[in-house]
Amino acid sequence: MNTETFEPKIVGFLCNWCSYRAMDLAGTSRVKYEPNIRVIRVMCTGRVDPTFVLKALALGADGVMIAGCHPGECHYLEQNYKAMRRFQMLEHTLRKFGIEDDRVRLQWASAAEGVQLAEAIDDMIEKVRALGPLNWSENYSQNGKVEAAIQRLAEEHAEAMEVPA
Amino acid sequence: MTEKVGVYICHCGSNIAGQVDVEGLAKWAKENLDGVVVARDYKFMCSSLGQELIEDDIKNEGLTRVVVGACSPHLHEKTFRRACANAGLNPYLCQMASLREQVSWVTEDKELANTKAKALISGAVHRVQFQKELEAKEVPVNPNTLVVGAGIAGIQASLELADAGYQVYLVEREPSIGGHMAQFDKTFPTLDCAACILTPRMSDVGAHPNINLLSYSEVEEVSGYVGNFDVRLRKRARYINEDDCTGCGICIDKCPKKVIDDVFEAGLGYRKAVYRPFPQAVPKFPVIDTESCIYFERGTCKACEKFCPTGAIDFEQEDTLLDLNVGNIILATGFDLFDVRRIPQYGYGRLANVFTNLEFERLCNAAGPTEGKVVMRDGVTQPKSVAIIHCVGSRDVHYNEYCSAVCCMAALKFGHLVKEKTGAEVYSFYIDLRTNQKGYEEFYNRLLEEGMHFIRGRVAEVTDAARMPGEEGKLIVQAEDTLLGKQRRIPVDMVILMAGLESRADAHDVALKFGISCSMAGWFTERHPKLAPVATMTDGIFIAGTCQGPKDIPATVAQGAAASARVQSMITRGTVEIEPIVATIHEENCSGCRICNDLCPFNAIDFDEEKKVSVINQALCKGCGTCVAACPAQAISGAHFNNDQIFAEIEGLLYDAVSGNGAKAAEPAKESVPA
Repeated sequence: MNTETFEPKIVGFLCNWCSYRAMDLAGTSRVKYEPNIRVIRVMCTGRVDPTFVLKALALGADGVMIAGCHPGECHYLEQNYKAMRRFQMLEHTLRKFGIEDDRVRLQWASAAEGVQLAEAIDDMIEKVRALGPLNWSENYSQNGKVEAAIQRLAEEHAEAMEVPA
Repeated sequence: MTEKVGVYICHCGSNIAGQVDVEGLAKWAKENLDGVVVARDYKFMCSSLGQELIEDDIKNEGLTRVVVGACSPHLHEKTFRRACANAGLNPYLCQMASLREQVSWVTEDKELANTKAKALISGAVHRVQFQKELEAKEVPVNPNTLVVGAGIAGIQASLELADAGYQVYLVEREPSIGGHMAQFDKTFPTLDCAACILTPRMSDVGAHPNINLLSYSEVEEVSGYVGNFDVRLRKRARYINEDDCTGCGICIDKCPKKVIDDVFEAGLGYRKAVYRPFPQAVPKFPVIDTESCIYFERGTCKACEKFCPTGAIDFEQEDTLLDLNVGNIILATGFDLFDVRRIPQYGYGRLANVFTNLEFERLCNAAGPTEGKVVMRDGVTQPKSVAIIHCVGSRDVHYNEYCSAVCCMAALKFGHLVKEKTGAEVYSFYIDLRTNQKGYEEFYNRLLEEGMHFIRGRVAEVTDAARMPGEEGKLIVQAEDTLLGKQRRIPVDMVILMAGLESRADAHDVALKFGISCSMAGWFTERHPKLAPVATMTDGIFIAGTCQGPKDIPATVAQGAAASARVQSMITRGTVEIEPIVATIHEENCSGCRICNDLCPFNAIDFDEEKKVSVINQALCKGCGTCVAACPAQAISGAHFNNDQIFAEIEGLLYDAVSGNGAKAAEPAKESVPA
């Protein structure tokens, strides 16, 4: 497929208090950015279950952005730290599935950072555009990579759980 | 799914319709999205006619769900929820798609804008069918109010509330209330003296039975929600027992330590180590500044203690913590002045006779360090010529892009005062003169008649390097006169820099503490720039005065009164609705693993030892949903943000992506993938 006409689809999970407001601010300030992000409002990045990300990718998204308040500025005190911890786990898992790091991004954006969030979106979309379509479920169901990836992951986890003698 | 969904696309005048094919979008939604039985577009959905459209369809078409494609839910979600409720539909069965903030205002390409608009509508239509009826909780509103900052905005707000019969806690960081206005000499354009109009209000505050004044205090912690905030204050030690102190001032007279007063006198005068910022200070009690007090430094002195007639000095005093419960909070924390040292070419700090606007206010003030005499830095010589430089740090992309709103008028006031007190020539270097309130233009005309010189151009530099005859020993102001189109060098004795207004240095921390947001420049963000200028996105927290943006005294006072009116309407109503967005644990699925227990920062999750399951205290739950995402058994559901709803939204948003195949993006496929 021609990458010049490829318009990636990015699903965004934005927290209600900072990043969704940053998005509103980008709007009221008429900041122009790539229209490829489609936003879901959640109350907090802490609500973002890793399965949301997997679901979005499985349904045909080419990338996922999770955006929330800066560390230390969470409306719910510290829940974005929990999102950060989960994100690291998720990144690890996604790598095993062969999904490039640039496709899933955790972004901090305060309510005042409309311009910065728009820039981050543009940056992410540029990177995903360069990577091309993900075609995740199709690619993997066809050549059996999914099974292999799950197998590898299970082995690795088992290894990590082993107590050294 | 057997829901009947109504889709309403707002044109928002041309705000949305200019970029998105609103008619086509409504038609597309009806034809392609499951469950949609009505889809309409309308010029202004938020108008009463637009709302009636929704209400009529709910009644006549039997709609069970409503999707509104319009502005951000932060703006009009309440409006449309209310419309649904009016027609007998549970308000939580309404969902908004932000077509304005997230599509039309930010997208240049019309075709892509339409694709994105379809995605957002599709997401909302999918999601809304899984939404459940919820009931908002009603909680009582504590009639007590906390006002933070006791400048003129906080004073006005407090007096309005206290006069209405409500208890106010007024917190001020400095030893006295009054704020910046107490430092000023005259106020434009009427030239009435600031102290004459402010100090009676200050003493009203001090004497009012309904105002609990907490000066020299700061807010440490805020928790709770509208109607019921718990606030912890730190009352700093004054080292003076307020119950015993009569405010006689003998301690100040006897104190042997003199220090430069950087705060109130802007560095032009002295104060003692035990001091009261100014004679009319409210409260009247002095404060011992431990950083300069000889006793705190060396362990001896105690002159104040020896001479105090009532034994009010207490060197052992400690900070005290106070816990309050209030229903509403008004923030009136004011501004800081732009630090003019950041523009080195204007020479402040290097050239003696370059003054800031605040310094000049103190020079003019009859109660100031020179008793109102306009003199140069040597303290005796009157200037024969004065240059006033506008927009220092304002309207400048290198510093602050915004206009500080008050400096033009203050500069005119200074021009008048210089002429009145010294007869000197006054040169005003301006970009544009902004005199846009009642009586302001007339004041400008008056100054033109008084012979103030106006030179239109931004000053390049202020220097003492003389190049031409007549420049020796003077400060030379170099600027391009953009009306004449040539460079000018004006030698003067004194330069006044009209430093712009900036948000408080700790504005971001304060915003965080109170759970509100501020702009990049640090000004607190109002709920709506036109329609809700003193409310914030956090219910029960209001803002007034210059903490929201630069403004003059009349506008500040108006906002103080406006904020108090908003609070009074909350108190009078007596109760407030709280969003029912909380988490619930389904006992039958809970394995009792307790993973969720430690995740909650509000301690809302307890473990029931008898049943061996976790239980959520819904009064404490704030609805962040972190426990919902963490539960390995999916035993927790988050109201209004449950998994079904979010999965449906993801599916809807990706309407044009057949599972894993971005290549088919152009074809709008209705239902792409099995869930």
